[in-house]
Amino acid sequence: MAETATTTVVKTDEPKLPFGKKERRLITDPLGDNNPITIQVLGICSALAVTTQVIPSVVISIAVIFVCAFSNVIISMLRNHIPKQVRMIVQLVVIATLVTVVEFVLKAFSYDVYKQLSVFIGLIITNCIIMGRLEAFAMANNPWRSFLDGIGNGLGYGAILVAVAILREFFGKGAIAGMQIIGPNADYLINTSESWLFGWYAPNNLFVFPPAAMFIIAVMIWIQRTYRPNLVDIS
Amino acid sequence: MRNNSVIVFVLAMTLIVGTILTALFMWLSPRFKVNEILANKKAVLTSVESYLPNKVKDLENEAVEEIFRSNVEQYVVDFEGDPVDQDIIINAGYPSGMAEEIDMAKEEKKAEEDKLFPVFVYQAENGDKVYVTSVRGNGLWDKIWGNVAIKDDFNTVAGVAFDHKGETPGLGAEIKDNPAFGAQFAGKQIFNAAGEYVSVNVQKGGAREAYAQYEVDGITGATITANGVRDMMYNGIQDYLPYFEKVQGESK
Repeated sequence: MAETATTTVVKTDEPKLPFGKKERRLITDPLGDNNPITIQVLGICSALAVTTQVIPSVVISIAVIFVCAFSNVIISMLRNHIPKQVRMIVQLVVIATLVTVVEFVLKAFSYDVYKQLSVFIGLIITNCIIMGRLEAFAMANNPWRSFLDGIGNGLGYGAILVAVAILREFFGKGAIAGMQIIGPNADYLINTSESWLFGWYAPNNLFVFPPAAMFIIAVMIWIQRTYRPNLVDIS
Repeated sequence: MRNNSVIVFVLAMTLIVGTILTALFMWLSPRFKVNEILANKKAVLTSVESYLPNKVKDLENEAVEEIFRSNVEQYVVDFEGDPVDQDIIINAGYPSGMAEEIDMAKEEKKAEEDKLFPVFVYQAENGDKVYVTSVRGNGLWDKIWGNVAIKDDFNTVAGVAFDHKGETPGLGAEIKDNPAFGAQFAGKQIFNAAGEYVSVNVQKGGAREAYAQYEVDGITGATITANGVRDMMYNGIQDYLPYFEKVQGESK
């Protein structure tokens, strides 16, 4: 079987939790040349849905990092015992359990954020990045490396999410992470209804709608591939 | 034989996962309840925000509890406006027997005569008494709900606070996100000059001058949500009219 073949390769006499060049790349690759959103083009649906504001995006990113890392560890530990016929179901159950834990913890300790995110927490279950990493990495690697891979991909996802959210919240609502910066009344740092310099400014409502995330991500993909032509057509 | 090991694996997994999640839920559910009640209290206070020194979102949780202890009386009434016995409230699944615990989503599904209606009477520092009602209805995508505060002439709206489950950000969600929408309701009257109950109308294209007493502007691009608010206001406040009449009758 493919799984057992690869695991024997990884088993060497290294220290228990090595952090060498290879391990470091597990974290850094998903942030750049192997980003789950811009290169693998996974997890797009949630990137469109939750990125209207920065704070929910940060919370979702932390939740995805947690779920991705620990589902990777659990599946990696079980990888030689999971019956092949029910492999996908087992992965899904592990993901769903961790997501439910996240949901309970938010509901108990951060109710406002829980209410704001509502259905999107549950939708982490369907985030393709998590299942994708379980299938592509955790089923064939040891728990430590799977853990790092989970953290790396979660971070790569979160970095894009937060970047998109900053753009959308600023241009759509004139605020960043709830700090009101530019808008038409005195609650904002720059009050456009009184300022002679910014009187022309109006927030662009288009940025609040999901299509905005679509083209912001598309532009990010474009920029990334313009600077790294070797990434073109690898996904 | 192989199939057996699959079944054993799946059963063991289900058992372990089920146990973990149940235990976690049992451990955390008292906190869920506390959070829900606190969120409900904040929503009630948001509808009377104009009487408060601070905005509700700037209040600490303890401050919210303090206002509720010192300035808010809560009652549960039935569809005829009569107070409901403590036992009935507890049997309906609200162990505290208090209005703050009442879940409108649950009440909505009951028959009219079994419904429980929470009333929060806010005693303002300036001597005004405000009656806060809870209303619930349908938006475009999902449920919308809110609290409507009525002054003690039982005609003038003191303030509203709306919330929703899944209205579109920038359109229907404006009923919550845009403070200017809710602010329009303050000062409107729910009875017309002839004394008929009209509630507050949310008018597409803007409130008409002739009806300015009980009409507010709709939201461009969110007519269905706005109509949902109109219907919710009409039906929701109507349920409280018998209670209002009884309170008025007593004070005369």
